[in-house]
Amino acid sequence: MILNNVNILGEHNADIEIDEGVIVNIAAAGSLQSEIDCQGLTLLPGLVDLHTHMREPGFEESETVASASRAGARGGFTALHAMPNTSPVGDTAGVVEQVFHLGQAAGLCDVFPIGAVTKNLEGKQLAELGAMAESEARVRIFSDDGKCVSDPLLMRRALEYVKAFGGVIAQHAQDPLLTVGSQMNESELSSRLGLKGWPAVAEEAIIARDVLLAQHVKGKLHICHVSTRGSVEIIQRAKENGINVTAEVTPHHLLLTEDLVENYDPIFKVNPPLRSRDDVLALREGVQNGVIDIIATDHAPHPLESKDCEWEVAAFGMLGLETALSVAYTALVKDGSMSIGQLADVLSTRPAAIGQIAQHGRPITVGEPANFVLFDTSRSYRVDKYDSFSKSTNNPYDTMTLHGKVVMTMLRGNITYRDVEAKL
Amino acid sequence: MSDTKGARLVLDASDITRALTRISYEIIERSKGASDIVLLGIPTRGAYLAQRLAQSLEKIQNQTIVVGTLDITLFRDDLRRQPIRPLMRTDIPDGSIENALVILVDDVFFSGRTIRAALDALNEFGRPRAVQLAVLIDRGHRELPIRADYVGKNLPTSLDEKVIVHLSEVDDEDSVYIGSVS
Amino acid sequence: MKHLLSSEDLNRDEIITILDTAARMKDLAGAKKLPTLRGFTIVNLFFEDSTRTRISFEAASKRLSADVINFSAKGSSVSKGESLKDTALTLQAMGADAIVIRHPASGSAYRLANAGWISGSVINAGDGTHQHPTQSLLDAFTIRNHFGLVGNDLSGRHIAIVGDILHSRVARSNIFLLSTLGAKVSVVAPPTLLPIGIENWPCEVSYDLDSVLPQVDAVMMLRIQTERMSDSFFPSELEYSKRYGLDAKRFAQLPGHAIVMHPGPMNRGLEISATVADCERSVIVEQVANGVLIRMAVLFHILAGESL
Repeated sequence: MILNNVNILGEHNADIEIDEGVIVNIAAAGSLQSEIDCQGLTLLPGLVDLHTHMREPGFEESETVASASRAGARGGFTALHAMPNTSPVGDTAGVVEQVFHLGQAAGLCDVFPIGAVTKNLEGKQLAELGAMAESEARVRIFSDDGKCVSDPLLMRRALEYVKAFGGVIAQHAQDPLLTVGSQMNESELSSRLGLKGWPAVAEEAIIARDVLLAQHVKGKLHICHVSTRGSVEIIQRAKENGINVTAEVTPHHLLLTEDLVENYDPIFKVNPPLRSRDDVLALREGVQNGVIDIIATDHAPHPLESKDCEWEVAAFGMLGLETALSVAYTALVKDGSMSIGQLADVLSTRPAAIGQIAQHGRPITVGEPANFVLFDTSRSYRVDKYDSFSKSTNNPYDTMTLHGKVVMTMLRGNITYRDVEAKL
Repeated sequence: MSDTKGARLVLDASDITRALTRISYEIIERSKGASDIVLLGIPTRGAYLAQRLAQSLEKIQNQTIVVGTLDITLFRDDLRRQPIRPLMRTDIPDGSIENALVILVDDVFFSGRTIRAALDALNEFGRPRAVQLAVLIDRGHRELPIRADYVGKNLPTSLDEKVIVHLSEVDDEDSVYIGSVS
Repeated sequence: MKHLLSSEDLNRDEIITILDTAARMKDLAGAKKLPTLRGFTIVNLFFEDSTRTRISFEAASKRLSADVINFSAKGSSVSKGESLKDTALTLQAMGADAIVIRHPASGSAYRLANAGWISGSVINAGDGTHQHPTQSLLDAFTIRNHFGLVGNDLSGRHIAIVGDILHSRVARSNIFLLSTLGAKVSVVAPPTLLPIGIENWPCEVSYDLDSVLPQVDAVMMLRIQTERMSDSFFPSELEYSKRYGLDAKRFAQLPGHAIVMHPGPMNRGLEISATVADCERSVIVEQVANGVLIRMAVLFHILAGESL
């Protein structure tokens, strides 16, 4: 297969030849035989998501590994990491291998299961971390996401134990005692709306504790979905002190603020909650200067009845796979703060490095696997929540206009998604 | 006055006074002494007319006349079809209307719906022995089988005309004009 | 005005119109019934126990000759919110013109009005810790009757609201409504019971009840829930009562013309002593009667009146 006139990472145009899933030739634009004309399209390495809730096994009415893979491919992803808060929980080799196989069967994205830190996510006893690392799924990232590993002793032990196989503990930073019954960001708005607040300090205090633990035991720490300015500052200081910590931010925390909660529409209910404009700016700066290493979607599908109700009984979570690149482009690149090449870093290269997955986030050079996404930066589109490859529709960008659209995704030379409107 | 631009004067202050005096004597005559009368004016201008009639009757009879007001807005049957006027005071002295002769007083008698609402309202407050109606102007075009007992002046009008009543208690003068609806 | 969801939605003129209408309804107290809302169906949708407010709305609706349907559901085990949406769809099929809703979740009145489940009007009778607009209207009406005239606002009046502001929808509704009417509002509570950001609200904040009482025309005591103690909002009932309760000694510090209010139900002996609750300057019983008049006025304006 030949892609003609494609713009590589926003830098130069070229023709790319692919054979048997690998790049075999990169030549001057228009010099190779004409096959797929990609004039005006930007090529990035296939995106890698470090934080996807695939809901299988146990919650298949919201999503399955197959439907999440379809949604991921549509979003330009070639690799996804499946969070273990399923039923049963992904805390044994058996369950993580099951998810791994489901991903292979779907065949649209490489699915890498994340293992639970504690048995059944109860926060009391370590799960079989070693067994999961040895399994076919070759788990390297461990997380109790959805819940915080709040017991400091357990967190210490986990950070120490996974050193044996180069594992990393991904913390969902939320002190449970400070956030009982919390519904939205703690602020004047939450007071006016009568919704219990989720104070920023509940996230920051855990991050502060965990970076010190990671320093003390020389372990590898990853902070999931960072959402506040204070958190960014703590992570920055930790990195300056040489602590091995990486951090992720979701696309929605780069674009949406707590004001959207004013109408009590649970589509905007998420954990951690949407925060203030100042937090959004701090997070964007954090991505630009590298304090925040990657963008990860925290794609969280939910059935209609969990969102079509009063705020307080609604579930936390938003979809993210299909819109991630457009949201990131709209928030970070459109106004010139970052380049598309830097975006590729935070959405592909660095997540692949943290996840230690070999075939993804690779440079676009001869010999590398053909894992790409083609992105049209000139197109804007109006989001329609019903236009969804995910089984769920809890899409917070519904009716908003986003800039940039994924037009084609390729996994090892196979086209996993093609936008029919683009007429490629 | 601005709302009477292009309208023609049909009653001046002395005409109004004469009409009210005549109505007073008619009331006394027909009620055989006015001893159990309660005058209820319908706000805004009906209430002032009721006050004037009460004073006039008191002068003639040398006895106090019971007078009150009855705002019928909440008893109307056409609330959703008309813009709502602000609600006015209702003041019906306690126990006054039981077995009394209630005389409703209004400025302009037109479709009759106001009076019908007033009759419904009276029903909720008690049981008068009889109800009569005194109006300053009867302009015709009844939509209900209701008639006035005492009329200051009969003024035939067409539906594209309007009757403008001014009373010095609330306007600058006493007068009645006929103008066109436009 | 299609819905009444929050006192923040009303401007000064709209509030005064409602208060004046309630005054006119009071004039008509001698009438057995008013036919104004004949043919309208009003549903009382109460997910929280509240006999007092429900009966008040029911009395108001019936005085105006509306048909009333009562729906009570103990909301504590609402699972996935199916109850609210499915209930709403059922009421819509039954043809409710207005739904009066009391629900433990903040924002539920807003959701009911805007989620596309129903086409009728929604009146918020208390949603979680968010708002209780008819309570603030009847409180304003009560204060105005003591100090003002029909057609007036509350300029120049100083009102204190004392107690668990953090969890109180009555406090939120009153702070915004009374200040819209020109009153000065002071809020008194221990720091743990004040909401974040209250310094940006149109009221003054004090931790010291004794310094505020001599300056006010009305003091509104809020019910303190003893469950708050287990969440460490205050150390004990005794300490709360000593620092923030309205007892006879504090009552004596009030100016001679000042009135004592309470939205009910009262914890006699905790936030308010029994003698103060029953004294002649306590208008607590009047508040209840005024509640019916205010709710009649609100129903009238929403269902039969032109937009305010």
